[in-house]
Amino acid sequence: MGLGGSCAGWLMQAPCWLGGDFSLSEDTQQQIIRETFHLVSKRDENVCNFLEGGLLIGGSDNKLIYRHYATLYFVFCVDSSESELGILDLIQVFVETLDKCFENVCELDLIFHVDKVHNILAEMVMGGMVLETNMNEIVTQIDAQNKLEKSETFIFQSPRQDR
Amino acid sequence: MSDVVERTLSALPGLLGQQDPGAGPGGGPGRVSATSRLGGLIRSITALSSKHEEEKLIQQEQTNLKATVSAPTTTLRLMKECMVRLIYCEMLGYESSFGYIHAIKLAQQGNLLEKRVGYLAVSLFLHENHELLLLLVNTVVKDLQSTNLVEVCMALTVVSQIFPREMIPAVLPLIEDKLQHSKEIIRRKAVQALYKFYLIAPNQVQHIHDKFRKALCDRDVGVMAASLHIYLQMIKKNASGYKDLTESFVSILKQVVGGKLPIDFNYHSVPAPWLQIQLLRILGLLGKDDPRTSELMYDVLDESLRRAEINHNITYAILFECVQTIYTICPKSDLLEKAAKCIGKFVLSPKINLKYLGLKALTYVIQQDPNLALQHQMTIIECLDHPDPIIKRETLELLYRITNGQNVTVIVQKMLDYLRQSKEEYTIINLTGKIAELVEKYAPDNEWFIQTMNAVFSVGGDVMHPDIPNNFLRLLAEGFDDEKEDEELRLYAVQSYLSLLEEEDTFYPQKFLQVMSWVLGEYSYLINDGDPEVIITRLHRLLKQTFVTSETKAWIMTAVTKMSSRMSCSKTIDKLIQEFSTSLDTCMRQYAFELKHLCENKELMKNLFPLDASCDEIMVDASLSFLDGFVAEGLSCGAAPYKPHHQRQEEKLSQEKALNFEPYGLSFTSNMSSSGFTGRQSPAGLSLGSDMSGNSAELGQKETNCLKLDGVRKLWGKEGYLPKKENKTGKEDKTQPVPQDSILTAHVVDPPLMQSEQQVVSLSEEEKEKQQLASTLFVGLGSNSTISLIFESLSCHFPVIEAQSMESCQKCVQLEKVCTEGVLSGSISYHLDTDTHLEFSLTFSLSDFIRPMKMTTEDFGRLWLSFSNDVKQNLKMSPSQGSLSVALNALKQKLKLHIVEIIGNEGIAACRLLPSVPCLLHCRTHARTLALWFRSSCSALPDSLLYQCQKVMEEA
Repeated sequence: MGLGGSCAGWLMQAPCWLGGDFSLSEDTQQQIIRETFHLVSKRDENVCNFLEGGLLIGGSDNKLIYRHYATLYFVFCVDSSESELGILDLIQVFVETLDKCFENVCELDLIFHVDKVHNILAEMVMGGMVLETNMNEIVTQIDAQNKLEKSETFIFQSPRQDR
Repeated sequence: MSDVVERTLSALPGLLGQQDPGAGPGGGPGRVSATSRLGGLIRSITALSSKHEEEKLIQQEQTNLKATVSAPTTTLRLMKECMVRLIYCEMLGYESSFGYIHAIKLAQQGNLLEKRVGYLAVSLFLHENHELLLLLVNTVVKDLQSTNLVEVCMALTVVSQIFPREMIPAVLPLIEDKLQHSKEIIRRKAVQALYKFYLIAPNQVQHIHDKFRKALCDRDVGVMAASLHIYLQMIKKNASGYKDLTESFVSILKQVVGGKLPIDFNYHSVPAPWLQIQLLRILGLLGKDDPRTSELMYDVLDESLRRAEINHNITYAILFECVQTIYTICPKSDLLEKAAKCIGKFVLSPKINLKYLGLKALTYVIQQDPNLALQHQMTIIECLDHPDPIIKRETLELLYRITNGQNVTVIVQKMLDYLRQSKEEYTIINLTGKIAELVEKYAPDNEWFIQTMNAVFSVGGDVMHPDIPNNFLRLLAEGFDDEKEDEELRLYAVQSYLSLLEEEDTFYPQKFLQVMSWVLGEYSYLINDGDPEVIITRLHRLLKQTFVTSETKAWIMTAVTKMSSRMSCSKTIDKLIQEFSTSLDTCMRQYAFELKHLCENKELMKNLFPLDASCDEIMVDASLSFLDGFVAEGLSCGAAPYKPHHQRQEEKLSQEKALNFEPYGLSFTSNMSSSGFTGRQSPAGLSLGSDMSGNSAELGQKETNCLKLDGVRKLWGKEGYLPKKENKTGKEDKTQPVPQDSILTAHVVDPPLMQSEQQVVSLSEEEKEKQQLASTLFVGLGSNSTISLIFESLSCHFPVIEAQSMESCQKCVQLEKVCTEGVLSGSISYHLDTDTHLEFSLTFSLSDFIRPMKMTTEDFGRLWLSFSNDVKQNLKMSPSQGSLSVALNALKQKLKLHIVEIIGNEGIAACRLLPSVPCLLHCRTHARTLALWFRSSCSALPDSLLYQCQKVMEEA
């Protein structure tokens, strides 16, 4: 069922949950975050980017795929129907998109604009499935939505038209 | 970490004061004030030093927010800011349920931007079954009908994230309409929303399957890609229903691979890699076990492999998918060859991610192509010592798949080593399960079996799956066919546990102690020379340990009770009874009293605890008719007639005029059997007896001693006995270190002094060690001449031989375990002035041990039905092989089969593996393919024979 729907990013000591389609209680969510952070942060640099199983994330079918950027870990929890290397590059696309939308993204952007980050992610992953991996497309969508903030009379234009 | 915090703090003022909208996506006065308030919160949280302070601060923040959101004067704009702060609080793990309803309101009433935050907050706060979600439906319906595309988009997004299942009909027609929308982004999101519906309620979207097809053919690539998610899911469930789409998927993949998509779908100049991955998965599912469908995709798979050349992460992702698909669909030899090469690239790669995937691929293909693992055996050995535990575990997973009777000790040892280092609960559960399975299947001898299981119990502790101790005890209790061997096994177990318990103050997991006490209770009588008093003393000592839980104590008491039935009198037991008669633990107290009463009536006790009867059926008189007299007596003395528990409860409830809720009623009925029993007076002795037998017979059930009711219920419950599990592979295929067979004769002429002995090829020390490990690990796998089998040396020694005379020595080699090839090597040394050393080696293949088996067609038919192990495979015939009879004759000559009968394009043949394991073959030709179908009473034989047949056909 695609990305078990959950993607979480970690900001320094304060891990944060970036949504998911798990129906989990707040407590389990926090526990998962803590445990995952614990698992991921003690991994060396030169080991693989995959972590298997774990009772909290639903056992053998699910795995954690993470990427480490300076002080940030981006961790996706996926089930067996996703390609591991594909997800690694999806994280890359996500980060590059963040970078484009925030112009030199830093962890502070992610804290202060949690809602924006969510919106960007929602363009890429919808209901736990990878929807869009075309970076330009995502950025145009996000830009278009950002214009909303300045003018309510914004008229929607599909970015694909100018292709 | 601290420098990071510092950096963040120093950057905070700059960021907070930033008014330039370019820095973030935003701007305008509302944005800044939100940032500053949220910023204030974040800043003060970062400055805190303890979790406690954080809790206090958040509580305060929540109180403020609560006041703000519920105030009627709060504007929507302010509400939006509050929501962002609430999201932050929730993210830190503080539930803010007071804001949920306001999030829904915001989504309903706000302008576009506020609506967006409202929807986002809803999708983050609520879960699928939250009751407030129903309030969102109306808003979603309204937004779906909106003329503003952004609103439609938002509604579709939220639907695909979270939507109540029962309200799907309310929005379904609207979303269906959106599939025809002129904007592709809307169509795409609509497909995604329908995918969500398909997942949570597949029946409701059944009628729109043809619309999915339209989406698949959409002119926009994004819409088509979105529809693939649905197809992957549907094909996973029912591949046969979508075979007709194979050609469409193939042609889409062809276009993608051929670079026909617009250039911005490229990622690192690879065309739409994620789309390719998705398509390859779908093709794999469609082509599985279907030669005709597989045929359609060979070309495009070949092309995908060829195109994915650039050395980038994402091309490896595609390659990996290709490989997996190629091995999933019906095999094609040249593709397999290329895929095998690819796997080699992965396995040998210095990049760890690729190595991991290489191992995963090997694990996937090992059943089909064991030779591939042999090619990479040295790499696999290296991975066993890899610093990354994930790689190690993947390697163990691979080894687990290739375990057989010959390499089991080495592989299990490796697994135990890993287990001892691992602290992760999941790993322990997973690995202990695997080890227990392997041990049960392949244990070479009793000693190893018990020792290994001891290690599993010690390490697995109380986290391992409860089936492991249960199965182990069942195996001990039910035993195998050989009564003597069973007894040896049990005796060995008893001895090993006694020596483990000898040491005082050693900690063992509860489950292990329970296993030990059960075995000691049941089988300690097997020790002839031991004093039962000693065993009871040891158990008594355990009872006094603080780390022993009350559940385990119940097991120990049961063991003591069982043993006391076989002893005339014992001081320790008396002491034990005295000690626990005054125990504060009521359960222990009861056990002590029961034991005391039983000890007074040895006759009864012997009846209750017969020797070695843990597997006997216990007849239970569920109607309790033997109590009829007792009941009649009670009634005649004026006692009230018995009412079942639920009836009493109902009467009580109706008297109290309280509500009777459905669920309670249900739970009463399920308890009926137990309450029915406890409602009567039961003699104490009987209750103990039943509990004990429940304990030994129903190992599958967790023993609790807190509630007597449990024990009783087990006995009187409907199920009574757990159904006996089928005994896994018998012990007959244990022992025997190496496959050996045929007759080895060493004819040596002349030399006066000579010696013949087996020897293993010598190599440099470290190399040798690795080689040896490799040979022990990969023994019995496929065909391999690289493996040197390590024999128990069979040596023979001749005295001085007269000149010109001849001495001979005969050894018999037997094939104990089916394998396709084995090498026997040895050396002859003799002394004639100087020491001379001659080495020789002999290669045996399976066909050396195959003999024809004569039988009639009727016999064949009868035997065919009685065998359960079968293997089917289609082989390509070369034109020269022509007809069935030519092919069969080739097999007959090379493999010494007996051809029973040939009718038209069908034929049957039979052979036996020495000494007398039969194997039957049914073959049929059809358009240049030869369908072979083997059946045998031995599980490994059909596979190996098939391999030999393949070789014969290839040679011809």
